[in-house]
Amino acid sequence: MPSQNIWILLSWGPDGWIDDIAYGALVTIALALATLPIGLTIGFFVAWAKQSDEPSLRLAANIYTTVFRGLPELVTLFLFFFGVPILLQHLVRYFRPDATIDVNSFVAGMIVLSLIFSSYASEVFLSAFRAIPKGQYEGGYAIGLSNWLTMRKVILPQLLRIAFPGLENCWLSLLKDTSLVSVVGLAETLRNAYTAARVTKHAFLFYGVAAMVFLGLAVVSSFATSAILRSLGRREAQR
Amino acid sequence: MSVTATLVERPPPRARGWPRSRVIGYAMVGFWILFGLGIVSYLIFAWNADFFAKYAPAYLKGLQTTLLLVCISMVLGAILSVPVAYGRMSSNRLLSGLAYCYVYFFRGTPLLVQTYLVYYGLGSFRTELQTVGLWDFFKDAFNCGVFAFALNTAAYQAEILRGAIESVPRGQWEGAASLGLHKLQTLRKIILPQALIVALRPYGNELILMVKASAIVAIITVYDLMGQAKLAFANSFDIQAYIWVALVYLVMVEILRHGVEWIERRITIHLKR
Repeated sequence: MPSQNIWILLSWGPDGWIDDIAYGALVTIALALATLPIGLTIGFFVAWAKQSDEPSLRLAANIYTTVFRGLPELVTLFLFFFGVPILLQHLVRYFRPDATIDVNSFVAGMIVLSLIFSSYASEVFLSAFRAIPKGQYEGGYAIGLSNWLTMRKVILPQLLRIAFPGLENCWLSLLKDTSLVSVVGLAETLRNAYTAARVTKHAFLFYGVAAMVFLGLAVVSSFATSAILRSLGRREAQR
Repeated sequence: MSVTATLVERPPPRARGWPRSRVIGYAMVGFWILFGLGIVSYLIFAWNADFFAKYAPAYLKGLQTTLLLVCISMVLGAILSVPVAYGRMSSNRLLSGLAYCYVYFFRGTPLLVQTYLVYYGLGSFRTELQTVGLWDFFKDAFNCGVFAFALNTAAYQAEILRGAIESVPRGQWEGAASLGLHKLQTLRKIILPQALIVALRPYGNELILMVKASAIVAIITVYDLMGQAKLAFANSFDIQAYIWVALVYLVMVEILRHGVEWIERRITIHLKR
């Protein structure tokens, strides 16, 4: 057991590891924030398809959620991270036989997490869609708004308000799922903690720090979401 | 024809022709069909009898390990969740605070971090664990996985249990008390039968989440289904190692999901009108 002072290990600078873990935490946050808009957009459209009158749209959307909610996150990630380069390589080989393709782990993580996030978010959006009475659509059409304008101006604002608590849960699980991307080599919180633990042999300490980082992110986002929820509630009262 | 008959609201006629939604829908379904055909034709094209003969038994063993891991940790978690749920509902500040912290920690941090914390982290306390005699238990990656998973699922299951018990109206407790039943009897005969109906679906979801999350133990060198796939891929560089495993997980999750739905339909039959 190495006997370094843990306060030196936990300091900022060349001897300490806190700066590495803080940098990793930034990567974690960046990954989650980059995933969020893509996932929300896909999730919204998938939910829209799921409640449409057109059976083929519903079928396609249901296949999407079944697949991405049924597969373990890790399997999806590995399939994508190892499978897509092989696929692309086969395609590129027709043009340039000697090209090699690597997938950036941040991009791979972002795509896979948005697939997973969107399939969970679509369920939340779907139940929010069902909570909106039909009269809202009919009112929109009655004043001459097009399909898309009704959706954007009438339905979407109410939808977001209803879906918000559910989306908060999706966000929290997204934040936790980012840790899985460390497995394909992205230098985020857990990966840097892993390196620190490897080098210093203080495994419990550094994984504990990583756990605290994730816990801190969860606490911060719960404060943020309750502030957003309060402001949403205020705006609703003003109508 | 009477007036009322014309007022009956009929479902709107199916849109005819090719509205935009139908075009998009057919395109999407077509994409999925092509995707599925692509996977199937790849698996046929890349069919490798050696690969199958070599790794199929390993996958079966991996599947056993996965199921064993999930079953043990679900059961241990269920046992452990009872005191945690009791603590969460208790009016004792200290007890409820402790239970809250437990649940918050295990729900707020990734399962992967918790697993690392147990598998690698407890290695820091090797000498202490050796003196207590627990080192032999924590030496094995499978045991560490079970330990971390049981603690994790206990937090989730405690919340499910608490939510279900609190969903039963207070009047049920009061009614039972006025009949002279004591607390434990009330819980067993009146509250739990109603609460478990509410809890079935969340429990089913938790089981599915555990099956999916169990892939994580492959990272701490347990040869579960995912671990075998990793090994097969590392040896053969053949992506079908992961495609097969994905199919197995998908089938497993779908069976569980439909099973839970079937059970729910069966046990809520008396609530239907």
